[in-house]
Amino acid sequence: MLAFILRRLAQAVAVMLTVAFIAFLLFQHVGDPITNLLGQDATSEQRAQLRAELGLDAPAPVQFVHFVGNALRGEFGLSLRQGRKVSTLIAERLPATLELALTAALLALALGIPMGVLAALKRGTALSQLLMTVSLLGVSLPTFLIGILLILLFSVWLNWLPSFGRGEVVALGSWWSTGWLSVDGWKHLVLPAVTLAVFQLALILRLVRAEMLEVLRSDYIRFARARGLSDRAVHFGHALRNTLVPVITITGLQLGSLIAFAIITETVFQWPGMGLLFIQAVSFADVPVMAAYLCLVALIFVAINLVVDLLYFAVDPRLRVERGAAGT
Amino acid sequence: MDALRRFFDSELWADFRASPMALAAAAIAGACLFCALFAGWVAPHDPFDLATLELGDARLPPAWLEGGSAKYLLGTDDQGRDILSALMYGARISLAVGLASVLLSMALGVALGLVSGFIGGRTDALIMRVCDVMLSFPAILVALLIDGVGRALFPDAHETLAFGVLILAIALPGWVPYARTVRGSTLVERQKEYVQAARVIGVAPSRIMRRHVLPNVMGPVLVLATIQVATAIITEATLSFLGVGVPPTSPSLGTLIRVGNDFLFSGEWWITIFPGAMLVLIALSVNLLGDWLRDALNPRLR
Repeated sequence: MLAFILRRLAQAVAVMLTVAFIAFLLFQHVGDPITNLLGQDATSEQRAQLRAELGLDAPAPVQFVHFVGNALRGEFGLSLRQGRKVSTLIAERLPATLELALTAALLALALGIPMGVLAALKRGTALSQLLMTVSLLGVSLPTFLIGILLILLFSVWLNWLPSFGRGEVVALGSWWSTGWLSVDGWKHLVLPAVTLAVFQLALILRLVRAEMLEVLRSDYIRFARARGLSDRAVHFGHALRNTLVPVITITGLQLGSLIAFAIITETVFQWPGMGLLFIQAVSFADVPVMAAYLCLVALIFVAINLVVDLLYFAVDPRLRVERGAAGT
Repeated sequence: MDALRRFFDSELWADFRASPMALAAAAIAGACLFCALFAGWVAPHDPFDLATLELGDARLPPAWLEGGSAKYLLGTDDQGRDILSALMYGARISLAVGLASVLLSMALGVALGLVSGFIGGRTDALIMRVCDVMLSFPAILVALLIDGVGRALFPDAHETLAFGVLILAIALPGWVPYARTVRGSTLVERQKEYVQAARVIGVAPSRIMRRHVLPNVMGPVLVLATIQVATAIITEATLSFLGVGVPPTSPSLGTLIRVGNDFLFSGEWWITIFPGAMLVLIALSVNLLGDWLRDALNPRLR
């Protein structure tokens, strides 16, 4: 058990170091910051002095260790385009992205699970066929097209909902701003959240349906029916509960995807989150921002995967026995 | 000729002709491919020939709407370019990038999968660990990051290099499924007698892999490649839509959607909706073909 956890941790650290190395290479390649800082006219002594002060005369491995040390403290320097600290920039954008992703995840769960159950229980009916066809469309339509279509329909033609920005936000403390506490914020949240949720919703729907059909075929469900339990008790008390375990794991893993797909949604709706910040950084070759985003996203993914792995381990006793028997 | 006749006699062809879904999907995908390949002849106008553009014709709606002109079937954009022609040229670039990146990731994945399954041991463990890690990140994110890093490394890249970086960015996260599939089938094939026979008579391992194992593990790879074409085209369109894909001088479908998006609010919806529809049409038809091919080649469903 300890060996398993240690191995996973080692893998996570290896991934993070690789990502940090790529970010480090980015910095190395952008060119000499000394010229930028001192200008063309500086003497070679001045250059050498600053170089030593900044630790840039050290050999590359030492510089890398230095870089990782800074990254661990969240220090990525100044944005080349905005001249502000990267950590502040990202901290400002974080709430917008997290609120968007969380709203989308809840929406996908709240609609996807009941629709999946419905599609499984009403198997073969027109309703189930319709749900499956729509969900197929949901997984094959590109996210940005869904966004554009929603804007065209609800903002341009019907003029019901705003199509860009976060609207009115309320500050909670000094570092968190929320759109959840104002009507305007909610209005702005609807379209982006729906856009982001569509793919996940379709995925959850199909997953719940497949799992539910599987469970409904199993022996204990037949037994429950034989005991004379009502359909309601069988479906929701027994079948659904066992369906939900894999669904929750997958949704947990998908939380990372939501943050990735948020880049696209944020660009379509000009949502002021981290994804938009990253895309703008890419177009302007703003390396410090890119490097910081790279490391942050990798960290989020590695953390989610690690937690899910460990949870599996805690939940599923079979895994423990197998790993133990393999014994390394 | 012989191979062709054998193909038309095969069960696969009979199965294909009996499936209306496969026929329809193939017809649509074929039509898109034809228009893309022969855009120069099929397209009614040349969207890149600045001399033929007339600003007076800018922002015309599709022919069947009020104000539309029969000269421009699907309307024109803000520069007076014919949307239909731009679509065909755009589809050419989308398809080229999509196919190239699928070929690249297939070559990479098949090679790594073969080596992993055939050699085994530490090599296998290492390749599979890398697969695990790659799988935990969504493909679009990896593509975006590679493309972003590539752009930062070569800020004033030549157009060819920009295409290369883009194709690489789409291909790199795509090799994992091929490697896993091929590794699985190779593990099975490795135990078979013909491989042992080849080993006994002293054929070099690299030659056994290439000449004997490879042809026997390619079936599932083809199915996977078909479905991946759709994914690659959508990834390309997404990157181009975000403005980090193909260079602006050679617009793909994604670029057209991005450009058209600016005119959504002034009511010219056709500039963005038609490229979007074309994209969905290509992706859906290729996906349906892939689904059919998977079922048709699956012996368990026979």
